[in-house]
Amino acid sequence: MLISKNDLPVLLDRILGEYEVYAPVKEHGKVEFKKISSGTQVCLQYSNSQKPPKGILFPQSEKMFCYETVQDGVRVDEICDCSKKVIWGIRPCDAKSFTILDDAFKNEQYRDPYYYKRRENTVIVGFGCNRPGATCFCTSVNSGPFDTAGSDVFLTELEDKYYVEGITEKGKEFIARYQLPDGSPDTSRIKESAVVASKVNLDGLKEKLDVNFYDEIWDSLWEKCIGCAACTYLCPTCHCFDIVEEAEGGKGCRVRNWDACMFPLFTLHGSGHNPRPSGKERVRQRIMHKFKYFQDKFQQTACVGCGRCIKNCPVNLDIRILLDAIQQRESGEGC
Amino acid sequence: MENLARLVQDAARKLLEEKKVDLVIGFEKGSLPLRSTPCFVRKAEDAGKLTWNSSCENNLANYLRKKTEKVGVIAKGCDARSIVALIKENQINLDNLYIIGVPCGGMIDRKKIETILNGRELLASEEKDGWLILKGNGFEQAVRKEDVLHGSCATCRTGNPVLSDELLGEKVPEKEDDYSDVAAFEAKTVAERAAYFAEQMSKCIRCYACRNACPMCYCEECFVDCTAPQWIGKSASSSGDNLIFQAMRAFHTAGRCVDCGSCDRACPMGIDVRNLNRKLARDVKEIFGAEAGMNLEDKPALNEFKFDDPQTFLVKE
Ligand code: SF4
Ligand code: SF4
Ligand code: SF4
Ligand code: SF4
Ligand code: SF4
Repeated sequence: MLISKNDLPVLLDRILGEYEVYAPVKEHGKVEFKKISSGTQVCLQYSNSQKPPKGILFPQSEKMFCYETVQDGVRVDEICDCSKKVIWGIRPCDAKSFTILDDAFKNEQYRDPYYYKRRENTVIVGFGCNRPGATCFCTSVNSGPFDTAGSDVFLTELEDKYYVEGITEKGKEFIARYQLPDGSPDTSRIKESAVVASKVNLDGLKEKLDVNFYDEIWDSLWEKCIGCAACTYLCPTCHCFDIVEEAEGGKGCRVRNWDACMFPLFTLHGSGHNPRPSGKERVRQRIMHKFKYFQDKFQQTACVGCGRCIKNCPVNLDIRILLDAIQQRESGEGC
Repeated sequence: MENLARLVQDAARKLLEEKKVDLVIGFEKGSLPLRSTPCFVRKAEDAGKLTWNSSCENNLANYLRKKTEKVGVIAKGCDARSIVALIKENQINLDNLYIIGVPCGGMIDRKKIETILNGRELLASEEKDGWLILKGNGFEQAVRKEDVLHGSCATCRTGNPVLSDELLGEKVPEKEDDYSDVAAFEAKTVAERAAYFAEQMSKCIRCYACRNACPMCYCEECFVDCTAPQWIGKSASSSGDNLIFQAMRAFHTAGRCVDCGSCDRACPMGIDVRNLNRKLARDVKEIFGAEAGMNLEDKPALNEFKFDDPQTFLVKE
């Protein structure tokens, strides 16, 4: 199906009649996914958003339930975000990140009601990258600028219109409702010219990580890291959280906030012992989790190559260079 | 600049060869245009990796605190001031430190470049005689370096390191104090200032890059991380709590902040983090005549109490 660029705001307005719509909006020079109130707010001329859209389904701060002491006990109010949502125009790397969050939040041992409720009620509209950025390396992590993984509907930008494909049943049903003009243009030229120049060699990396936990390479890789959470909070696949009480007097809420393995507090035990006492263990954890543990558990890499950690690290600790250094090292050395 | 890079390499190589230090901390070429990245050199033959240019933006004093080795550090003006402040707070042992000072004409503010590029992607850059050539897909644009300097560099008076064991290159011209930006902000109404902070802090994601990049923020347990008692809310969704975090941080670094701008540069969300700290630095200077990290002799402002100390920040005098 097709939608002309000029008609897009009207289509979005129609969708807004039924759904909450989150789409890229340009504010103060940066593009972020925002809940829109009109189709004209949307800016699809963008490379990628500063913050990943994961926060729409897994908010940085989320009230789980609230409570209040009342005369005969405690009243607990459960909180459920059951609204129907559309995420419009997210890049393939970010769409794929939801398949990674799915593994983390709905697996054999654990099903997260908060994430999952939202996920079930959300239609994800992916948007192909005609001009991948210089820090994108999606093709190295089993994805690419037109990968439809994670998308229910997929948009490809043509000169004056978008080609709209239904990918999943949910997506096909969704798009059928809006009766767009038919058409299946040839997009091969566009796809060929979208070159992802940055590459990371992941061949054999997992096997190296399987045995190099004690390798001395970790002694130096982390040295410049200052232990902030820029790389994890801005990563579309990072999904760690911390639970706190926000209460005053007789009432309050249980809130969960994003947390990051790069903070010392992340693994600090009540006894005072910290099994990851320095940046060395923390940087190792971040790499291991994304490229080994997640693979062991869910058979996919927990990195979609979006490049956000590269652009936003205050000391330019580039994950591509880190991975390369691990790959360069002869296995067995220093073990 | 290229010349300075060579001098930096030579100085580091010599120190390592003569075994005066075990480690030299400086900068090497980064992985992105307009980025240099901190670099740790332990072998004389690796000294060639070191570089010097207008993107050596991180404050290397940050890496000196927990080092047990003998360290040589490439210090620009603000790094040197931070080092002095940290020596006075017993965080760095001067006996184990060798400072290679580099006079600094200012570092480039990547956020200003982003604004100029307005969505276009920077693929390469070149520095030439006070100009910066920005290159990308189908464009090339020259900007004057002085127009894109970081805020703290534009007003910095200590480009020439205040303390060093050797100084490379030529000194940069001295500048006058200029706090007109603070005065302009103070001239706004309370409502305007509150609106400004609310807008800035609404962008905060509590990644604490600002705190961790600050050489003076070195507490083992930061007040924001305490859980018993919990001093402030942990959710980033409250711009009030985000502002309390920055305001408390500013108070904790008052009289200690050297206005290096490291906090500001580290923030991935482009928040004006420096604003509060700078106001306090100006106040401490005006009220108590103290400036952090200017020399080894002056007592830190917080370590001295006189009965006739002005109290204008508290009561009318
Ligand atoms: S690790 Fe970095 S490149 Fe990979 S998904 Fe996360 S932010 Fe993107
Ligand atoms: S890399 Fe760290 S923050 Fe990200 S999901 Fe893994 S453990 Fe959590
Ligand atoms: S790698 Fe960079 S962004 Fe990540 S914790 Fe370290 S300094 Fe912060
Ligand atoms: S508060 Fe900011 S400007 Fe002041 S010393 Fe710390 S990093 Fe530098
Ligand atoms: S670096 Fe910026 S986003 Fe991160 S905590 Fe500081 S002000 Fe907030």
